Amino acid sequence: MRHLRSPVAVTSLIVVGLALLATLAPGLLAPHDPAEQSLLARLAPPSFLGGPEGHFLGTDQLGRDILSRIIYGARATLLISIAAVVISCSIGTTVGLVAGYNGGRTDALVLRLIDMQLAFPVILLVIAVVAVVGSSVLTLIVVLGVSGWPQFARIVRAAVISVREMEYVEAARAIGAPAMRVIFRHIGPNVLSATIVFATYELSRMILIEATLSFLGLGIQPPTPTWGGMISEGQKYISLAWAASVFPGIAIASTILAINMIGDVLRDALDPRLSGEDGR
Amino acid sequence: MVDYVLRRLLYTIPSLLGIVVVCFFLTRLSGDPTDLFLPIDASEEARDAFRVQYGLDKPLMEQFVAFFYKALQGDFGNSLRFGEPAISLLAERLGATIQLALATLFIAVGVGIPAGIVSAYYRNSLLDVAVRSLAAFGQAVPTFYWGVLCILIFSVWLKWLPTGGSGGLVHLILPATTLASTLVALLARVMRSTMLDVMRQDFVRTARAKGLGEFTVVMRHVARNAFIPVLTVIALQFGVLMGGVIVTETVFSWPGVGRLVIQAIYARDYPVVQAVVFFFALIFVLSNLLADILSAVLDPRVRYK
Repeated sequence: MRHLRSPVAVTSLIVVGLALLATLAPGLLAPHDPAEQSLLARLAPPSFLGGPEGHFLGTDQLGRDILSRIIYGARATLLISIAAVVISCSIGTTVGLVAGYNGGRTDALVLRLIDMQLAFPVILLVIAVVAVVGSSVLTLIVVLGVSGWPQFARIVRAAVISVREMEYVEAARAIGAPAMRVIFRHIGPNVLSATIVFATYELSRMILIEATLSFLGLGIQPPTPTWGGMISEGQKYISLAWAASVFPGIAIASTILAINMIGDVLRDALDPRLSGEDGR
Repeated sequence: MVDYVLRRLLYTIPSLLGIVVVCFFLTRLSGDPTDLFLPIDASEEARDAFRVQYGLDKPLMEQFVAFFYKALQGDFGNSLRFGEPAISLLAERLGATIQLALATLFIAVGVGIPAGIVSAYYRNSLLDVAVRSLAAFGQAVPTFYWGVLCILIFSVWLKWLPTGGSGGLVHLILPATTLASTLVALLARVMRSTMLDVMRQDFVRTARAKGLGEFTVVMRHVARNAFIPVLTVIALQFGVLMGGVIVTETVFSWPGVGRLVIQAIYARDYPVVQAVVFFFALIFVLSNLLADILSAVLDPRVRYK
């Protein structure tokens, strides 16, 4: 695992670790209650730029501590994105395994389904559904989760087809192993690395979509802090105080960037064949 | 060739059908459409009258056929807010969105392609690393955040450009740059990697061997060939751009279709939402189609796959 010791990888792991910690136990990190208002200290600049003591990243238009709100805001984004990836990965992997292994008519049907869903812009689908059904955590998870399965299915299917005819699979079949056992026991582990790498990139894409939705006011509703929502609120006061919109954005961008970097490292470590543009 | 295009056209039919199905069920997701179209305190008589008027008392299949037939004619009913046909509201806003999209493409191609070429030619140089890091960064930062940062720097701090609204060219610069940000990053990455593929090929060595200048080799022989797959990516991304349009227009109060749909969602104006979703999905499907046809026209190998 020498890949994991590069400075980029270590930094990325720290960023993602902090985001996860903020998701699980925001109270440990946050200096303030994210809902605590202080009308005397509204739109304060960060304390390191001469703002009031105790508000490291300043305060928003209601005098709430921006740092604490960013820390508490990690929860909505990460929970929704992780759950969505788990759903799309489970559906996609299962469908891809079955389609790739069976081939024939099942495969053709699955391919058409994949094409059909990929022909529909995800963000539009999500916006449309959320607009009608409303935006609860569960709705967002389900909509995002269902929207992402085709890519997983496609990747897993391709990987299955490439190992399906290998001798060890034939051997397993020859000794009479049932199809399910061959699929999950013998083929599954071999398509795992491609799936893990893709799931990492998919996670950062989900974070992007969730942030976009909450920026548009279609994600988790206030007063629950969300990164996208904070930027949208902050934009209204941007000529008075930039901190309220700039810092949540840094949180989003650095989380996404860190996850992408981890994806690159995993790709190089697990499956050098996938390694795309570097090193050539 | 004609064969391929026809086959590809046939493939769009299920996608189009899927779009109509999604739009149709959109207003039926929550069960009773009258909940969406009428005020909460509407009487049962009013609801019944509404159902009869819009055919909601008919069987679902019949409703769908009617909806399908009307959707094909661009008829999504009247806006609940303005009373005008939803489709004419969309048409009014379309100009602004097209303006934004074209300016975006112009910036994305104008910056992304040269960046990719330079980055590939001087690969592993400091310049290449800079372009690659910027591209990775550009793809990690959400479009709306670019927009907010642009407003902060160029409008609030430097006071060079307006924070939003529409008017002359000055109003277009920030939204188009914002919307182009991810596309620039993507195009630079794709152009770089296809350039690298082409540069290793024999005909490039031949071109050099026959004494052509370095600039001619790179531009005429490598870049032109590398551009073919990139063109496909551009066509594909045009559909993806529609999602970004919604965000960018919201950030900059740009009076286009994207802002229309967000306002319609807030106002629960479902005919307008349906019309815009249908329209954007149509653009998406058509740009996918265009991408496939373009690559078949430009690269004969694709046709025989």
